[in-house]
Amino acid sequence: MTNPNNATISTVHQAEFTSGHALQIPTLRILQDDGTLYEGATAPELDKATALKMYQTMTFIRVLDERMLGAQRQGRISFYMQCLGEEAATVGSAAALDDADMIMAQYREQGALRYRGFTLEQFMNQLFSNEKDLGKGRQMPVHYGSNAIHYMTISSPLGTQIPQAAGYAYAQKLRGLSNVTICYFGEGAASEGDFHAGLNMAAVHKAPVLFFCRNNGYAISTPANEQFKGDGIACRGVGYGMKTIRVDGADILAVYQATKMAREYALAHNEPVLLESIAYRLGAHSSSDDPSGYRSKEEEELWRKNDPVSRFRLFLLQKGWLDDEADKAATEQLRQDILEALKVAEKVAKPGIEHLISDVYSEPIPELERQLADLKEHIRKYPDAYPITSGRL
Amino acid sequence: MAKMNMLQAINNALDLAMAKDDGVVCFGEDVGHFGGVFRATSKLQEKYGKARCFNTPLTEQGIAGFANGMAAQGMKPVAEIQFADYIFPAFDQIVNETAKFRYRSGNEFNVGGLVFRTPYGGGIAGGHYHSQSPEAYFAHTPGLKIVVPRNPHQAKGLLLASINCPDPVIFFEPKKLYRASVGEVPEEYYELPIGQAEVMKTGTQVTVLAWGAQMEIVEKAVEMAEAIGISCELIDLRSILPWDVDTVAESVKKTGRLVINHEAPLTGGFAGEIAATIQQRCFLHLESPILRVCGLDTPYPLALEKEYVADHLKTFEAIKASVNF
Repeated sequence: MTNPNNATISTVHQAEFTSGHALQIPTLRILQDDGTLYEGATAPELDKATALKMYQTMTFIRVLDERMLGAQRQGRISFYMQCLGEEAATVGSAAALDDADMIMAQYREQGALRYRGFTLEQFMNQLFSNEKDLGKGRQMPVHYGSNAIHYMTISSPLGTQIPQAAGYAYAQKLRGLSNVTICYFGEGAASEGDFHAGLNMAAVHKAPVLFFCRNNGYAISTPANEQFKGDGIACRGVGYGMKTIRVDGADILAVYQATKMAREYALAHNEPVLLESIAYRLGAHSSSDDPSGYRSKEEEELWRKNDPVSRFRLFLLQKGWLDDEADKAATEQLRQDILEALKVAEKVAKPGIEHLISDVYSEPIPELERQLADLKEHIRKYPDAYPITSGRL
Repeated sequence: MAKMNMLQAINNALDLAMAKDDGVVCFGEDVGHFGGVFRATSKLQEKYGKARCFNTPLTEQGIAGFANGMAAQGMKPVAEIQFADYIFPAFDQIVNETAKFRYRSGNEFNVGGLVFRTPYGGGIAGGHYHSQSPEAYFAHTPGLKIVVPRNPHQAKGLLLASINCPDPVIFFEPKKLYRASVGEVPEEYYELPIGQAEVMKTGTQVTVLAWGAQMEIVEKAVEMAEAIGISCELIDLRSILPWDVDTVAESVKKTGRLVINHEAPLTGGFAGEIAATIQQRCFLHLESPILRVCGLDTPYPLALEKEYVADHLKTFEAIKASVNF
């Protein structure tokens, strides 16, 4: 017997439900908390230079997050979002990609962005929305993007990038490119309709896209058990007829290995793959959130032991690839560099007033030109009220 | 030149665009082998293959998101939403994503190659969900362009221009005219300008403005008005966003009167935007209040469709009222 999709199906002759938890997807773990491998686990092939780049990217993000959250608390930037506890998930997956693969992120994937080569100055320019920001100061902090390094500009509406990634990857396939698209999203965003739309579209149209879900236990204050009832996000991939894998998101070797395999599979078969990374959002949701209102310190402490950075650090020390003293000095230097870059970026001017109307369309339409002319005239009348632009008209 | 109905003209435009540029890809619900529920994509899959003309799963937000992704990669997706009434599940993708793609990224990325084609409008006993004219919802969204053709010649030229346009376009097709409107259409490639209204007939006493399927209705009203000696200037707006303020304002400065007609409900309809702008631009030239002949502020009804619509008689009465004020 076949179903309408021409798949062979088995039949039974007594009514019986399939349990909503019939499918239990295991979690891949390679690296233990003490930096040694699990018994029976094999470390992925990783040369020293790549391993160190991965580690340095993780420490960069950790120090940047710490500094910039501080800068937000001082009122120097308006908003910030940390990646604490999820550095391995984003860095490990990005390291398994080709430089020309497209990255479409949600907002907590600074690790992937840094691994691709986004510079400290570029981070700062975006966070301070100054005139050197690639996004021309139009979006909130942390909404990064860069065409040169194939990192799609982030937008706030959740899940919208999921069907877009399916379309982007389909276009890559049509163009005959040997590249995939990776699409990151949280477990909360996976409740949006766009998750369903995107995964189904990608599966049906055979788009080489890696759907990477960061399941970190919380969507702002909503715990995962109020987000879904099934076995996480991974089990849904199977429902869409998609290759699926679940990994320990604090284990960078597991994330790297799974993403590398997923990429090879997606390219070889022109098919999407779903990866679910299980980690914990150790920090607040954002600078506008205080998690003490919805979760216990005990719970946080439990997960703090599961630190992705220290785990990988121990691995590298044991391999003799990392020097403890030099690493501590490098981290201290990084703190200095970030502070310096911050001071520079906050003094750079804001974008000129013409950027209010540029890029709405490829060319400003007549009505926009009229509105800008009226605005300039108004600012000339009240220059003190508009100090950012009045001196530069 | 060849005689074509509007569907044939649209199909011909898609065919030419796909032949001209490998990046043009047509997709949507039932768009593939079947050729679309109205047959607008007929034979395109046979000609260009399943990879470039295909059915999608039944998900408007998925279609729109997929189109955004393809366009961001540099292709020119022409996505079909089966009825404009069903574009609302894609509203978030269109308003928050499509429209803001270039602006929010500082021009690092854009979806300029994108066109959403969708049949709109009433007059076919379509009830609530096969009759709507949602252009005003989108007119409130900077970053989009909105085009509505009135006949086969316009449909082909404006659709080709939309596909070639470096900005995303929503292309509303008056389904009532798909087969009813037949005319001479050049067989070769041509474009008509987006953002430009067309003065179809010059006159001196009143400007009558509409778009899409309403053009044939207001033409009938104008004929009736001319028969009793009222000289009307007739304008097809063609583009809702950006709209051609200069052409309309110039006409109203000459005639001193304006009657606007659209199918969609009155309140919040695009006629309100036009009326406010023209009142500001032409205040000293206006000799009577700007009149709007529109659908009622109700959902689109089935049994009383004839009473509901902004027909030629209601328009004729408005023209007389405007002139006799």
